[in-house]
Parts: sequence; structure tokens; C-alpha cells
Amino acid sequence: MNLTLKIWRQSGPNDKGRMETYQVSDISPDMSFLEMIDVLNDQLVREGKDPVAFDHDCREGICGMCSMYINGEAHGPGRGVTTCQLHMRSFKDGETIYIEPWRAAAFPVIKDLVTDRSAFDRIIQAGGYVSVNTSGNTQDANALPIPKENADKAFDAATCIGCGACVATCKNSSAMLFTSAKVSQLALLPQGEAERERRVLRMVNQMDLEGFGNCTNTGACEVECPKGISLENIARMNREFLKASISSES
Amino acid sequence: MALQSNIPEGPLAEKWEKHKNNIRLVNPANKRLIDIIVVGTGLAGASAAASFAEMGYNVKAFCFQDSPRRAHSIAAQGGINAAKNYQNDGDSVYRLFYDTIKGGDYRSREANVYRLAEVSANIIDQCVAQGVPFARDYGGLLDNRSFGGVLVSRTFYAKGQTGQQLLLGAYSALSRQISKGKVQMYNRHEMLDVVIVDGKCRGIIARNLVTGEVERHGAHAVVLGSGGYGNVFFLSTNAMGSNVSAAWKAHRKGAYFANPCYTQIHPTCIPVSGDYQSKLTLMSESLRNDGRIWVPKKKEDVEAIRNGSKRPVDLSEDERDYYLERRYPSFGNLVPRDVASRAAKERCDEGFGVNKTGEAVFLDFSSAIMRYGKTEANIQGVKNPSEDQVRQLGEDVVRAKYGNLFQMYEKITDDNPYKTPMKIYPAVHYTMGGLWVDYNLMTSVPGLYAAGEANFSDHGANRLGASALMQGLADGYFVIPYTIGEYLADDIRTGAISTDTPEFAQAEKEVKDKINAFINNNGDTPVDDFHRKLGRIMWDNCGMARNEQGLKNAISEIQKLREEFYQKVRVPGSAEELNPELEKALRVADFLELGELMCRDALERNESCGGHFREEYQTEEGEARRDDENYTYVAAWEFTGTPSEAQLHKEDLVFENVELKQRSYK
Ligand SMILES: Cc1cc2nc3c(=O)[nH]c(=O)nc-3n(C[C@H](O)[C@H](O)[C@H](O)COP(=O)(O)OP(=O)(O)OC[C@H]3O[C@@H](n4cnc5c(N)ncnc54)[C@H](O)[C@@H]3O)c2cc1C
Ligand code: SF4
Ligand code: FES
Repeated sequence: MNLTLKIWRQSGPNDKGRMETYQVSDISPDMSFLEMIDVLNDQLVREGKDPVAFDHDCREGICGMCSMYINGEAHGPGRGVTTCQLHMRSFKDGETIYIEPWRAAAFPVIKDLVTDRSAFDRIIQAGGYVSVNTSGNTQDANALPIPKENADKAFDAATCIGCGACVATCKNSSAMLFTSAKVSQLALLPQGEAERERRVLRMVNQMDLEGFGNCTNTGACEVECPKGISLENIARMNREFLKASISSES
Repeated sequence: MALQSNIPEGPLAEKWEKHKNNIRLVNPANKRLIDIIVVGTGLAGASAAASFAEMGYNVKAFCFQDSPRRAHSIAAQGGINAAKNYQNDGDSVYRLFYDTIKGGDYRSREANVYRLAEVSANIIDQCVAQGVPFARDYGGLLDNRSFGGVLVSRTFYAKGQTGQQLLLGAYSALSRQISKGKVQMYNRHEMLDVVIVDGKCRGIIARNLVTGEVERHGAHAVVLGSGGYGNVFFLSTNAMGSNVSAAWKAHRKGAYFANPCYTQIHPTCIPVSGDYQSKLTLMSESLRNDGRIWVPKKKEDVEAIRNGSKRPVDLSEDERDYYLERRYPSFGNLVPRDVASRAAKERCDEGFGVNKTGEAVFLDFSSAIMRYGKTEANIQGVKNPSEDQVRQLGEDVVRAKYGNLFQMYEKITDDNPYKTPMKIYPAVHYTMGGLWVDYNLMTSVPGLYAAGEANFSDHGANRLGASALMQGLADGYFVIPYTIGEYLADDIRTGAISTDTPEFAQAEKEVKDKINAFINNNGDTPVDDFHRKLGRIMWDNCGMARNEQGLKNAISEIQKLREEFYQKVRVPGSAEELNPELEKALRVADFLELGELMCRDALERNESCGGHFREEYQTEEGEARRDDENYTYVAAWEFTGTPSEAQLHKEDLVFENVELKQRSYK
């Protein structure tokens, strides 16, 4: 297939940036979206031009590195996929495709389609862990049975890949889905119990400090999340936060 | 220099405990005076960095991704082994040890492997305490599955995302130390050289990938947890950025590279679909618990399937050749990876491959779906269920076990594996070889350590499934935090390592010169072209089957390709910005040297063992033929200038506890 690509080019944080137009041809429907960009970059390098910078690593939907805003949707058309899992069979011959970086104040653009998502790391650093030493002097793993239902829910929340699509897709650039996934995982497990209140207060506080917006319950994040992280987690975090705020005041 | 493996004296089962008791301790006040650099934040690096920091050392950690959570360990799917014997199926530390030695085709060190088995149980305790959500049964206890090469169920898992969950556990421990200021994290930084001062490793040169700045970092010791080098083949299941540069730079500065030719080709990956292909996707080995591998018995059926006139489901049971079950009745579909891969290649070479390229076999779940469906119908009390009902129930069970893998498969191939068998083919997956290390995980350069896939230590010539995650966390949480003390105990009075020395200046200059040479090169060919060509040479000559002539040719072809690379490569942009093409060029330059050494190593080893299969050395039945008399050693290579002219040092492997046998899975 032959395609027209309109891609955001920005040489660095201080450049204003602009959309530029490229043509690619002979694209196979079995190619992944990123392989299509590889073809473009190969072409650009041969022409002596600057290739498009983009983040990627695992190319199988698990590292959370890839992050393109395609035709107005985070990770493009299709549900439950990351950019790297998108295939060209989802597009039509002759189509024009718009490709932009994540847009959010807390995710500044570094170059072209590459953004700085270190704010997510700092939210985890604020409390997204169990304070246990790695010495190995822990009790036997089966000493504390965990109801399967809770274990499964904790697992579902824990599958967040930290890609940031939820933020990119939210009109308020809120990081609630990401933050609540970690809060939920640890709130559902007995190991997370001791630091439960402190954790939610600190993580939410950090989220606000980073400049993410407020949640107005539009639910767009859940729709675009490649891992199907559920809005239930946001509700759970709100409850946790409320409980923790009340008990920290009393 | 003679190789000192520093394996402690005494009976196998007591070595580690005794050794730990004899290691010199650094008191907490002195730990604060000591800096450690950790390159890599995968399972090995993140767990080591978090543990060092917790013990009181000052840590600087580096990764090239934008966050430590994205290290390639995140992609591991199937599970992690541990000798917990929760299933009460006769597992024990000794059995895990024995399986690993045998699985590695008797080419690993007994003492290291025993230690690994010994600490394995603790890993699970540790991870659960951190909140890693492993799969559980209805009683709330941890669930297990089986992996290849073993007859017990000792693999712990979190659906098909075990690596992700374990890495996020280690990342959370690391994040906790970052928040305390005990670890300084350098994201988007690439280590480009190690710095040796007075014979000791005292720091690294790293490039800030965002600004392009080349930085000096000093420390009392450096730990490389930089992962494996499977991407030397261009196409592999590794992440795009996985590379050998950190380990290779260490090799160039004096660290011996051990058994570079031991490569694991994983039997169940999605086959190559076109020239544009940038990577291959693994379908976890756990699928072989329930999937049966087959090709048609008759060539006509092969033809019919290839041209679409027959579907795989049209073939009756007796028209199918379940070749693993046929050849290896006792292990069946769960033979180790090297055996399963070669068997698939054998069928495809004979013309039984089931896709257009002739390089694919079926992995079929229909028997498992029906079997589970029947059990489920009984559990749910469905009387006389119809076949469709059984299938539906069975599909649900399979979905709960492998849902995300099936979904991944469908997204890539557009085929529904619940209804039609998967097509799979072997692909490069893991590298058993790596930096040579002693029992303390120290390389042949004092103060330079290697952990995880970057070292060669525990898997011999073939790694068993679910054992890499185990090794990464064992090294990082439980081994290196102790063993490094022995070395650092001498450094408590050294004071901070200055980077304002001729050694650092020299290393920095070499790095900058290399970068500038690429940027200013007058070439016209993109980096990937060379990487692809190198991959082809390696796959054809140093892949699943190797022979003397092929390896010799490969060495000269790689040398030619390397020359061409430096003449013709084009690296656009500048050195002072985010420049992914430059990053790739620097990595491919190292792969072009490593590939040559791998071929030399494969040429030197005149036997077949594990993942190293030399066509000249096979039994009449086509099984690998080892030569224990002459090759029961670790080949540790010392860099001397030209990669393939490295000097060979042999570390003899001494087996005191197991008897060397021909590996049989029949
Ligand atoms: C698809 C797939 C599935 C797998 N499934 C399983 C499984 O089910 N069970 C199992 O046991 N094993 C599995 N494995 C193998 C296992 O995942 C790896 O061997 C293991 O995770 C390696 O961990 P590591 O910590 O050594 O390195 P990695 O996780 O590869 O981490 C390397 C780190 O080093 C950094 N790095 C590298 N070079 C540099 C440099 N020059 N400068 C700075 N930083 C650098 C990277 O940024 C990264 O942080 C799988 C592997 C693959 C590819
Ligand atoms: S919640 Fe979903 S969209 Fe948001 S970071 Fe996690 S995986 Fe990505
Ligand atoms: S590249 Fe890893 S999720 Fe897309």
C-alpha cells in the first residue's frame, strides 16, 4: 500500500515544532506500524535527511516505551494495543495518517515523537512499593494465603505498562488511571496493608506536583489504555484517598 | 593469567553457607564511603542496585531506556523456577540443581548451579513480600506450571507476564532507594566504556542520550547487568535496544568472554513474515504444557496446507506427525529447547514446513481444549455436554491460562489460535555465554562484576526455561550483595574515586573520537543494512547448526562486512542531541566484533553440546554428541586486537557430584 504521513517534527525542547508530510510506498499489510516508520526512516537516511525520532524497545506491547498519537488516538485505532502492536492491515491504501507525540504539560517533548515521562517514575518513587528489605529474611511465600479473587484483581491492576496513553488521551492530562493502578494493586494485597494510607496520600500528592490535571470522570483513559486497566481502580483510589485523608486529620 | 574460579572448598551443599560466613564484612559506616556503579536495571541490575543501597553503599544506576522499568526483563513471559516443592511432586534443591546441570549439557559449574538452586526458594518469598501478584489457586496458595526439560511443576508465574511482574517488583525496590537518595538513577544513559586504573575497574564513560554529553563516573566497583547479546543475529526475541556494548567494552579492556558461541534458539516463536521484519516474537514455552507440536505425515498434505486447499483441522490424527512425542516419548512436547528447535529444523529441512517459506510447524491446542472442557463440564455439573459446549468451556480454561499470549499471536498473525493451530518456528532468544566470572561474580578485571544474562555463569550450553529470571534475581538479591564485600573491604580507606585522571581522560577521548568518526563519516548506507547482513551471516553459519567450513567463511565475511561498515555507514544528525542512528551505529560496531569471536569459539569447540550443534559431531539418530574427554571446560577468551585471534584460556569443569551422561529425553 501507499500512504501519506503527516508527522510532528521538533528538533528539541526549545523548537516550536511543525507537521511535515512524507510519502511511503510498498507497505505490506503484515508490517507493524513501527516497521512502517522504519521504512520511512531508512528512506530518509538514504536521502541524507534526519530520521524521525521515536521511542520503542520491546515491540511486543509490554515495555511501555512506544507512544504515538495516531489519527487523534493514543496508540492509534484498535483497542487493547500499543503502537508497536498495531499492524498496517488496520489502514487503507492511499490513506493519510497523522502522527504526533503524547501531549501533556507533564510530558515535555524531547525530540519529534519522544517525550519525557519521568514524572511517572517519581510518582512510583513517592510510595509505589512495599517497604520490605531485599535480604531474603521474609516468611515463606505460602504462609499467607491470598484469596484468588484479590490476587487476580491485583494482577490486573499491576499489568499497567506505564506508557502514558491515559494521560495523552485525557483532556485534562490526568494521571489517575496510572496512579490508581499501582495504589489498587498494593491495596488489594495484605503485603501493602501497613503503608496503605501513607502510600495513597504521597502518590496523589506527587501526581499533583508533577502538573497532571484533575480527573473529571470522562473515562477516555480506560478506552485507550492498551492493557485494559479498569476505571474501578480510580474509584478504589478515591476511596483509599478519602479514608486516608480523614484518618490523617483525626 | 590463570583463571581462578574461587569455588569454596567443602561439600557441595555447604559451600555457599560457609563462603558467606567467611566473606569479609564492610561495616555500615564504611559502606557510606563506598560507591558502586550498576549498569542495567533489568532483574539483575535493579535487584543488585536496590540491595546495595539498602546495605548502605552509594549507588549510581544506568539504563538506556527512559525508565528503569522498561529493561528487557519486562518481556519475559512464562515463569520463574524455584525448588519450593509446593506441589509435593518430589522436587528439591538437589533436583533443580541436577536438572539444570543436565539441561546445560554438563557444561556449567556445579558449585554455581547448586547455589542458584539453593537460593531459588527465597526469591519467591522475597517477591511475594514485595507484592508481586503471582498466580494463585482457589485456596489462595501459589500455583505452578511445568517447563521444558523437567518432570516436576516448579515454575511460578503471573499469567504470561511473569517478567513484567518480577521486574516491577525489583523496580519498586529500586524506586524506594531512589526516593531515599541512596541510588542516583541515570535514565537514557548509555555506558560506552569502562575505566581501568592501576589494574582495577574504577568507573565508566557514559553518554547522556538526550543531550549527547559524554560523562565520566567514578566508583569503587562496577557491576554490569546489561543483558544478553542475541541481537547479534539482528532478528531475535530480544528488545530492539538489547546490545552487547557494555560487555564487549569490558572484554576489550581485559574481561574474558566465556563460551560466546552458546546461543539459545527458542523453538516456539512466530515465524518470519517478510524482509521488513524488525524482530521476532516469542510464544512462551509454557504453551508446550498444553500445545502439541506436529507437521503432516505426507508431503501432499504439506502442499495442500501451503496452498490453502486444506486446513490443518482437516487432517485426522493419523495423518499428523507429532514428531516430538514420537522421538521423545518420555518428555514429549516438553523436551528442552535445543532439542525441540533442532527437531523442528529437521522436519522443515525435510520439506514438511507448513507455511509459504517452509519454515513453520504447528502448535496445536485442540486436544487440551477438549480435555479441559470435559473436566470443567464435570466441575460445573453440566450433564452430557455437547461438543461445542465442551469446546467453549475448554477455551475459557485455556484463555485464563494463556489469554494474553493468544491475543498477542492473533494481533500479529491475524489468525485465531483457539480455532486453528499456531504456526511457530525457532528463533534466537537467549545467550548462555557472557563475561567470564568467578564464584563471586567478578570478571577477570578486579572490581568489575557481571550479573544476570551478561555473565556466563549458570546455564552451561543450554538454559532451561524459567531459569533466567531465577538467575537474574539470585545474582542481584542474594549473591552479589554478599560477595562484593570481599573486594570492597580493601577499599574503605581509598576515598572517593577521582575522575580527573589520565585514565578517565583517555577513555573519554576514545569514546568521543569514535562518535565523531561516525558523525563525520562520508557514507550512504543506513546502520540497519549492516546489522541485517551480519544477522544473516550469523544465522546461516553460527545458528542452529554449524560446521567448520561455514564458520571459517563466516569469520572472513564478518571481517569484510566490518570494513565496509566503517567506510559506508551513514549516521545523520549531530553528536549533541538525541540521535538513535548514532546509538545503533555504536552498538552494531560491537556486534560486528562479537560475531567474529562467536564463530571462532564455535570453531574451536569440536563437539556438539546444548545449543552448540556442530554437524560433524552427531549420533546416528541426529542427537548432539559431546566430547567430555576433550571439551569439559569453559572457553574464556582474552581480547588481543582482532576478535577471532583472541587468546583462549580454559577453565576445567570438575564434576564431583553428578556423573556425566549422554543427555537423553527419550
Ligand atoms: C521474550 C522473552 C521472554 C522470556 N521469558 C522468560 C521466562 O519466561 N523465564 C525466564 O526465566 N527467562 C525468560 N527470558 C529470559 C530473561 O528475560 C532474560 O534473560 C533476563 O530478563 C535478563 O535480565 P538481565 O537483568 O540480565 O538483563 P535485561 O533485563 O536485558 O536488562 C539489561 C539492562 O541493561 C541496560 N543496558 C544494557 N546495555 C547498556 C549500556 N551500554 N548502558 C547502559 N545501560 C545498558 C538496559 O537499559 C537494561 O536496563 C525471556 C526472554 C525474552 C526475550
Ligand atoms: S493505565 Fe493504561 S494507558 Fe495508563 S500508563 Fe498504564 S497501561 Fe498505559
Ligand atoms: S515497544 Fe514496548 S510496548 Fe511498544
